[in-house]
Amino acid sequence: MNIQLMKSDRHLELDGISRRFGNVQALDDVSLAVERGTVVCLVGHSGCGKSSLLRVIAGIEWPDHGRVLLDGREVSGAASHVEPENRNIGFMFQDYALFPHLSVTDNILFGLKRLGRRVARERCDEIIERLGLGHLAKRFPHMLSGGEQQRVALARALAPQPGIMLMDEPFSNLDRELRHVIRSETIDLLRELGTTVIMVTHDPEEALSAGDVVVLMRAGRIVQSGAGAELYERPSCPYAAEFFCSFNKVRTACRSGYAETPFGRFAAPGFADGEQATVYIRPQCLRVNCEGDGVECTVVDCELIGEIEQTSITVAALAEPLRVRSTDRSRLRKGDTARVSVAPEQVLIF
Amino acid sequence: MRTVSRRLSGLRWRLAALTIAAFVCLPVAALILTAFEGSAGLWPHMLRYVLPTALRETLLLLLGVGMLTTLIGTTTAWIVTAYTFPGRRFLEWGLLLPLAVPTYIIAYAYLDILHPVGAVQGALRHLLGYSSPREFRLPDIRSMWGCIFLLGLVLYPYVYLTTRSMFLTQAANLVEVSRTLGNRRHDVFRRVALPLARPAIAVGVSLALMETLNDIGASEFLGVKTLTVSIYTSWVSRSDMPGAAQISLAMLVLVIGLVLIERHARRNQRYTATAQRPRAMTPSRLTGYRAAGAFVLCITPIVLGFVAPAVYLCAEAYKRYRFAGLSDRLLGEVVNTITVSTIATVVILLCGLVVAYAARTCPGRQTAIAARISTVGYAVPGTVLALGLLMPVGAFDRLLSSGAERYLGVSVGLLLLGSGSAIVLAYCVRFMAIATGGIEAGFSRISPSLDHAARMLGQTSAGVFRRIHLPLSKPALVSAGLLIFVDCMKELPATLLLRPLNFETLATHLYGEAARGTYEEASIAALLIVAIGILPVVVLSRVGRIERRETAAPTA
Repeated sequence: MNIQLMKSDRHLELDGISRRFGNVQALDDVSLAVERGTVVCLVGHSGCGKSSLLRVIAGIEWPDHGRVLLDGREVSGAASHVEPENRNIGFMFQDYALFPHLSVTDNILFGLKRLGRRVARERCDEIIERLGLGHLAKRFPHMLSGGEQQRVALARALAPQPGIMLMDEPFSNLDRELRHVIRSETIDLLRELGTTVIMVTHDPEEALSAGDVVVLMRAGRIVQSGAGAELYERPSCPYAAEFFCSFNKVRTACRSGYAETPFGRFAAPGFADGEQATVYIRPQCLRVNCEGDGVECTVVDCELIGEIEQTSITVAALAEPLRVRSTDRSRLRKGDTARVSVAPEQVLIF
Repeated sequence: MRTVSRRLSGLRWRLAALTIAAFVCLPVAALILTAFEGSAGLWPHMLRYVLPTALRETLLLLLGVGMLTTLIGTTTAWIVTAYTFPGRRFLEWGLLLPLAVPTYIIAYAYLDILHPVGAVQGALRHLLGYSSPREFRLPDIRSMWGCIFLLGLVLYPYVYLTTRSMFLTQAANLVEVSRTLGNRRHDVFRRVALPLARPAIAVGVSLALMETLNDIGASEFLGVKTLTVSIYTSWVSRSDMPGAAQISLAMLVLVIGLVLIERHARRNQRYTATAQRPRAMTPSRLTGYRAAGAFVLCITPIVLGFVAPAVYLCAEAYKRYRFAGLSDRLLGEVVNTITVSTIATVVILLCGLVVAYAARTCPGRQTAIAARISTVGYAVPGTVLALGLLMPVGAFDRLLSSGAERYLGVSVGLLLLGSGSAIVLAYCVRFMAIATGGIEAGFSRISPSLDHAARMLGQTSAGVFRRIHLPLSKPALVSAGLLIFVDCMKELPATLLLRPLNFETLATHLYGEAARGTYEEASIAALLIVAIGILPVVVLSRVGRIERRETAAPTA
């Protein structure tokens, strides 16, 4: 019984998906299993294949190799293909793709034509009320603001009650402040409905905050996937590390299992004696004090970025300056001498 | 969930598009076959006696028309773009008006207007104090010069349109920069604008020359023995089909040359179009005699190419109407013309929709090639096209009628040729480019995410077509449909050659009258054609910068 439960909980499965466009390998042997009701964020720089993957899941694109399974049933494979309209998947586009010749109501009704007229109407009214779109029902897309368009697009995608909602950069066209509000509202609503969500974004912050599972992609491959905190705290490779945080990097040699830096020795298991390693130090893990412990450093620049303060410092033994970020105000000025120390448990070595 | 085999997905669209493309290629393929069917003994005769004269006349005509259209088109385009003066707004669209006058009508009109004993020459002699045509007359319009002059007058708008849009969208920055570098405005024209406009001029001229090659009425009335006329006489007078096909092949070589020039120029044009942000240049104000000069310069081609023939036709049509009223025959011709053109327009639009939508919904090499091939027909002259179509269509008809007689015991006659369907087929091949191009342009303004969104909301690809593309591309469809309808209505050479017995359209009626030298009702028919021909000019002037084949024949 336990096995069966696990099996039925697997909503979507990608098995060795590859896709080539001309000379570009857009997707390269991508495998991923998604549990029902989770929010998955596909994240990566533009061109990494995240949107292609979304389109393969939707059925708009075909994989050259590999299979897509929905509820254990193959929907894209070597020989078979289920057309996108038969997959019960909702899709939200970056530009919202609202039909310009239809009113808000008709846009929402568009996906409900398989229901009877009365049922469709009821479903439409329900979703309009739920998303608070009542006052916009008769308007046309060009008469709506960006946030309103996003809501209508969401309503339209949700109206047919899809099991999976695919979203391609759904919040990137919104202002910064609006984005946060609408994102959390949208994700909350989708969680409430128990919809499985797969969202594409290029914004690391958005991925970390919205996704139960974050999938980092690069050049058509999955670099690392897991919970957001895991990817952030224990990235599996330098690329993953640098994607989510802009590290200070110190290149050094290892000796008897330790990487030696001006700030002390850090455990580097698996590195041979004399092997080169790079020590990754988060800017917020460096502490700068006027006196006390630490290595002597010189302040090169001190910049206030709203809540945090970023200080650039140089250390005698290192060629590159280091960045330090803190919410405390250090009151240091350019040219001051200070002391810098590192919290050793937060350091990564590759 | 319904699963389909992957290979079959979109198969229907791809198949339909490829079928249409294959159909468009059919005439050319048939033509090549026929040309080689003719006894090899014909070739030397062709090469020695027929081709050289016809080729020389044709090339001379092309050269002359090319130069004249370039001169009129670029000069007027520059004047109305770079300067402002009273009447400029009218001239901007007025300069398109000669487009409404088909080549065979301007020739028909001028033969009478400039007749040695006609009103114009009479008035001129009176002014100069001569009393008889024997003492003084203008050079005969029935000559190579006359033909170049008249064709140039109605074909320059092709060059005007492309060049003007180039000036409007491209020139501003460069012109202003060159002025700050100390060039005066008309130096700018020579040193900056003209070189800049070269690709646009090439596109416009090649379109005008394709029309020249297509023309049969004007060159025949004016006694210029072009390739087109030779094809026509080989076919109609000597019933020498292989011979006609051989001349047609020579003609196709010319056409391919023109198409290559056009495509090449278009590529350059597109390249420059992306290089700069479009901004119209600020025209400088002209006053006094300069303004008057500019106005006269621009109004002259309109008067000669449109006003004079139109006024003449109005007067003649009115006289004829007073004399005989509207005959049933004319009404019948109007009905014929409208019926054939309407059917053709609907068929062409449907085919264009299929080709354009297939290219969009199943992108790939097959559909892209189908879309490009479906547009090649616009360059094929009507005579050549008719010849190429006659063979497969005739074979089909014979097969069908013998089959029907043998198995069903009924005589169906020549189904396609006898019903006029062959004309519709010819129109389809020739004007498909307008549909495909116009609809593709319309579709390109629809974001692809709309297609995907509609698919995700449960529509099939056919449903997306019906519920998204059709309503959103309605304006493009309407204007493409209008252009096609008017072009079908004016079409002469293919109609002339493929029509059933005793089937007359306005254009063929006019041709018949003019060829016999009787004018009678032709003036009313001509006036009707010109009047309807103004419609696309209205569309073009409203859209302003979109040349009809600009969108119709995108770069391959």
